[in-house]
Amino acid sequence: MGDNMLFTSYSFIIFITVLFVVYYLIPRKYQWMLLLAANYLFYFLSGPKFLIYIMATTVSTYFAGNKIGSLYNEQERYLSENKGSLSREEKKEYKAKMKSRQWKWLLACLLFNFGILGVIKYANFAIANVNYLLQAFGSDMQLSFLKLALPMGISFYTFQTMGYIIDVYRGKYPNEKNIFKLALFVSFFPQLVQGPISRYDDLSQTLYKEHPFSYKNLSFGLQRIMWGYFKKLVIADRILVAVKTLIQDPETYQGAFALVGMLFYAFQLYADFTGGIDITIGIAEVLDIRLKENFDRPYFSKNIVEYWRRWHISMGTWFRDYLFYPISVWKPMLNFSKFCRNTLGDAIGKRVPVYISTLVVWFATGLWHGAAWNFIVWGLANGIVIIISQELHPFYEWFHKKFDVKNKFGFRLFQVVRTVLLMSCLRMFDCYRDVPTTFRAFWSMFTVFNYNELFNGSLLKLGLSAADYAVLLMGLVVLITVSLIQRTGSVREKLAAKPQLVRYALYYCLIIVIIVMGAYGIGYDSSQFIYNQF
Amino acid sequence: MERLIEILEELHPDVDFESCESLIDDHILDSFDIITLISEISAEFDVTIPAEEIVPENFNSAKALYALIKRLSDDE
Repeated sequence: MGDNMLFTSYSFIIFITVLFVVYYLIPRKYQWMLLLAANYLFYFLSGPKFLIYIMATTVSTYFAGNKIGSLYNEQERYLSENKGSLSREEKKEYKAKMKSRQWKWLLACLLFNFGILGVIKYANFAIANVNYLLQAFGSDMQLSFLKLALPMGISFYTFQTMGYIIDVYRGKYPNEKNIFKLALFVSFFPQLVQGPISRYDDLSQTLYKEHPFSYKNLSFGLQRIMWGYFKKLVIADRILVAVKTLIQDPETYQGAFALVGMLFYAFQLYADFTGGIDITIGIAEVLDIRLKENFDRPYFSKNIVEYWRRWHISMGTWFRDYLFYPISVWKPMLNFSKFCRNTLGDAIGKRVPVYISTLVVWFATGLWHGAAWNFIVWGLANGIVIIISQELHPFYEWFHKKFDVKNKFGFRLFQVVRTVLLMSCLRMFDCYRDVPTTFRAFWSMFTVFNYNELFNGSLLKLGLSAADYAVLLMGLVVLITVSLIQRTGSVREKLAAKPQLVRYALYYCLIIVIIVMGAYGIGYDSSQFIYNQF
Repeated sequence: MERLIEILEELHPDVDFESCESLIDDHILDSFDIITLISEISAEFDVTIPAEEIVPENFNSAKALYALIKRLSDDE
């Protein structure tokens, strides 16, 4: 992405301000058109040559949607015209025939669009692996790499658009007849940076309607944006300095430092990603557009399954609805399930197919995050941990029968800390340069006993001063406090009920903190969001 | 219906499936349970529940799930 349109850039702030003013000045029926123009301008400013990709996805999906939709209309017409004359069998046969014609259009659309994503994102990864194999088998031949740049948000908008076309095929809602409205859904600019991956039936309702100006939207939206900037600029970009130092030199930073790097990265990723989504949702809110929440205080989860229900929700539900369920209920898979039960017994047999689907989904989730073995291993490791935790169910049941601790604060705290540590461990695959380095760094935490160095001032040599640590500690306390308040409802609603003086004092505090403590200037990189590269 | 309740109780013996109407909304059934259920239903009722029918409305209560099974077996 061109740096000129980072969420944290001045040009972006000017862009959004101008859009906001014009948006509420023009007649409301034109607002969606202005948004579409703004999306394309945003995309153009981020990299003009990439427009062709998003347009190809829009046009191909529109075309396939039209075909599938008109087949539905044809079916309805035919069935109502021949209501009395068709037997049940004939109706069933006709429907099956139509479904197979629709399936061909869907398949073509999926292959075309995932094909684009596959080539752009994964071709060089595939080439690197083929070259490695060629070399391993003693061949001198090497394939040359393709020179392809990754268009901004391609993983996000491709998934969002393919979700739409699958739903149209499934008959969940009719296809969008207006190509410009579909183009708006595909390209809604705040989402292009790092998601969320919206659903058409959620987003289209709020996207196309007329939007009157409301003070509440403006004030709540701005609060959400400032909160996002706080997380991104004050916390994530600050801690990034130390994370980079630690992970880029794993030979030096072992043992205790690998542990610190792991925890710092988990903290950075949370602040970076949730902060970015706060900005996205806040911008949409200012424009009177409601996006679904993408996080539900994930680090308070009691186990990994719950964590994945609460972290990057839009991606998790996408993979669940469009990959996990279809594979699991696929006829051959159900037959395989029967076969497993007959051969392995009921208890084991019924779990085997679910676990296969789980591993397929987590392999895909890993691959979605990036074209590298790190991500694939990370994805599969998540799948394996989930399967292990499922297998441990009888043990958990035994444990809870024996010890009545389920609702005790101490035990819940243990569960939360365990989940945070487990997820942080797995995330190490994200940040180290390759899989063996990650394993070495992980192993060093248990074999290199340099934990005393944490107290001899070494932490001050990672690029962060004592003042930086104080800011980070304050940030952590604020994040945890806000999360705890969120348990009983919206923080902004609660704030709105407070006296004006308290509210404004808090707003100014937040603004001053962002301006004074935001990690920009000498020594800091104004960095892109982590999830933008996925 | 009785057989369906039995299948559900095998999954979660501690839940009152006769009355509970928020099996999905309250996260009582997770995606693993749903797939296990679908495979049991396929074996028991000879009905395949397609992916597009896996929505909260169909799985929130035993009653809704039974209605879905009936609807699908009537279609087949």
